[in-house]
Order: sequence, then structure tokens, then C-alpha cells
Amino acid sequence: MAFRNGTDTWVVVMFFMIVVILFPLGVGPEPAILSKISSGVIWVAALLSAMLSMDRLFHVDYDDGSLDLLALHPQPLEFIVLAKVLAHWLTTGLPLIIISPLLAIFLNMDISSYFTLIVSLFLGTPTLSLIGSIGAALILGARRSGALLSLIILPLFIPVLIFGVSAVEASILGISSKPQLLILGGLFLLSSALCPLASAASLRQAIE
Amino acid sequence: MDVFSGENLTCIRGDRIVFANLNFSIEGGEVLHLQGPNGSGKSTLLRLMAGLINPFKGKLNWNGSEIQIQERDFCIYFHYVGHRDAIKNALTVEENLRFWSDLKSLGQNRYLIKKALDTFLLTNLSNLPARFLSAGQRKRLNLARLCTTQAPLWILDEPANSLDKESSEILDNLIKFHQKEGGILAIATHDILMPGSKTLNITDFSNSINSIDLDHE
Repeated sequence: MAFRNGTDTWVVVMFFMIVVILFPLGVGPEPAILSKISSGVIWVAALLSAMLSMDRLFHVDYDDGSLDLLALHPQPLEFIVLAKVLAHWLTTGLPLIIISPLLAIFLNMDISSYFTLIVSLFLGTPTLSLIGSIGAALILGARRSGALLSLIILPLFIPVLIFGVSAVEASILGISSKPQLLILGGLFLLSSALCPLASAASLRQAIE
Repeated sequence: MDVFSGENLTCIRGDRIVFANLNFSIEGGEVLHLQGPNGSGKSTLLRLMAGLINPFKGKLNWNGSEIQIQERDFCIYFHYVGHRDAIKNALTVEENLRFWSDLKSLGQNRYLIKKALDTFLLTNLSNLPARFLSAGQRKRLNLARLCTTQAPLWILDEPANSLDKESSEILDNLIKFHQKEGGILAIATHDILMPGSKTLNITDFSNSINSIDLDHE
């Protein structure tokens, strides 16, 4: 379904690239500085691009009445949320991960830390999609929902950002990034257990 | 024979009592026709019947046993058609139908989908992306889902809106067939005449708290 509306994916990927490319232009082409901020830039850009497509997660279904019918199906709403989050990640998170090494080159990131970057994004972006689903479900029916959504979920993204960046930073410094990656994995497991419950509950509220 | 009934249903939206102590009972082959002016709460009652809204008070029964909205087993017994068409623009007409019937039942139902498209004269359009459909065609596609379910209870909210005369007749025949099969129907409509149906006027319950029995026509 989301694949058919291919524009979403392109918009997100292009946004991600442009944000990252803006940094060398703004900060100046000093390789040392760029490689220092590279992990932070890529992670913040990934976070913002995940945000960008998030408000569409349930909104279309809510508007056209599909959500009513989905809520009336024998499958629990939690599974439906999980399926939608998976689709969201496949269309926005995965393309970001695939393109991230290219952007790491732009930012003069150390080649040895590419692997850590990709692993951390693999663990982190699904968590972003999961947490975002709560926000996307909460804003249904609200006016100016896009701005509201960022206010609700950006603070919740902070832990993922901290550990994602510090994992990459650790591997740039040549020390083990295992602890940070383990925490990212833990955040992912925790959010995949709890977020569908919370999202489904707020979807039910939205339908009433 | 299936019986669908509601006891002492009270619904509050915001600060307003939409209706209070409303009772109804429909048996297989019967039609419950909701009447009332715009905004009187017909859609609210239908959404409540479908379990989309929790009643403030009262309960819904299916064959004598109370329906727990949290239990999703009840979902297979009914089909709800609301105001909004729940049609995905990116999918073709046939894919729209197939998606929903696949979600509902995991069995093979190609034949049912073909029949549904035939019934609502959508066969020629079946490979067209749904974004090109007109309002009436979208409604027909929405109603075509009725043919793909075997649910004994249909809950229809203004199903004849934006339908042309021919399509209204198709819907009319479908409803008659459904009745003959022993199905139950709860409907809110201004357009289709429902001879021999039970009527329920929401305004009877919206102003007074006293319960009034259903009157048979």
C-alpha cells in the first residue's frame, strides 16, 4: 500500500540527503570538523526524516474511514498497528539506512565506523517508527497536527538519538560500541512490546 | 434464528445526552429502520451497534448473550458501512475489495469478489485505480463489500447517498435477498423506502428519559 504511493519514500530520502548536505555548506568544508560532527548530523537528519512521514501513518485511514473498518476486524488493533509500523519502516527507515554510507562519505566519516553506523540505524530507526506511531495515533482529529506531532514525539526520540550517536562516536574513537548498541537493541525491544498497545489504545479513542 | 437487541442504551457525547434508555430488538429477516432528523443521533446509534462507541449505559445482545465489545469474536457476525468509503486511491477497484475480504476471512473468495463486482456493475472498472472513481462509484464499491461477507447482521448508515436510481434498485434487491436469507439489517436512510420494517425514531429517546417501546408499522 505505502509502496504504491512511492512519492513518500522519495521525499523522505531526498529530505535526509539535503539536510545532511546542508551541513558542509553551513559549517564549512573543514574535513576535521565534518568528521567530528558526522555521526550527530546523520542521526539528527534520520530522526527528522522519520518525523516527516510520520503524521501520514494513520491519518489517511482515519480520514477515509478505513480505520473504523480495521477496528472492527477480528485481528486485534495492536497487530494492525505493528503491520503499519513495519510498512512505515520498510518505506522510510530502510532507504535511509541504505543511503547512509554515501552520506557518511560526504561528511568524511571514518570508514571503520560505517558498520557501527548501519547497525545503530538498523536498531534505532524501527524504534523511531514505533514511538512515532503513538504520536501519530494521538494527533488524529487535532488541528495543526504536524507541529503537534513533533512536539509530542521528538522528546521521546532523545534516548535513541543519544545512544545512536554515542555508538558511532565510540567506534570513531576506536573503543567498543557494544554497550550502546545493546541499549539501542533494548530500546527497540521495549518499544516494540509497548508502543503497539499505546497506539492501539489511542486509536480507539480517536475512533470514538 | 439470530436475534440482535439492545437494552437501555444510553449514549452521551460531550455533555449532551444523545439518547437515553433506548431499546430495540431485531430478528433474522427483519429490518430496523432508524428515523430522525439530521443530527439526531442515527449514525451514533449505528456506530454504537457496531461497537465503535462504548455505550454510557446499557448493553447489546446477540442471541441472548451480551456482547463484550472487547471480545472480537462478534466482529465476524456483522458488516458496517459508514459515511466514509474506506477506499484506497492507490489500489484498483478489485484490489480494494480483495484486501478487505482477505482481512476478514482467510479463505478463497475469488468467486465472491467477482460476484460482488458483477452485482454492482463494477466489472468494467475492476482494473481502474480507485482514485478515478466518482462519488457514486465509490459508494457502489463500498457497498460491494456487503456481497463478499457472509455476516448475518448488516449495519448501513445512509447507504443510498449519491447512488443513482439503478444502483439504489440494486441495493434494494440486495437487501431483500439478505432478508430472505434470514439476515438482520439496521439501516438509517432517507432515500429507500423500507416496507414492512420496524421503525425506530431516535427523537423519542433523545428528549425524555422514559423508555418507549418500539412501535411496529
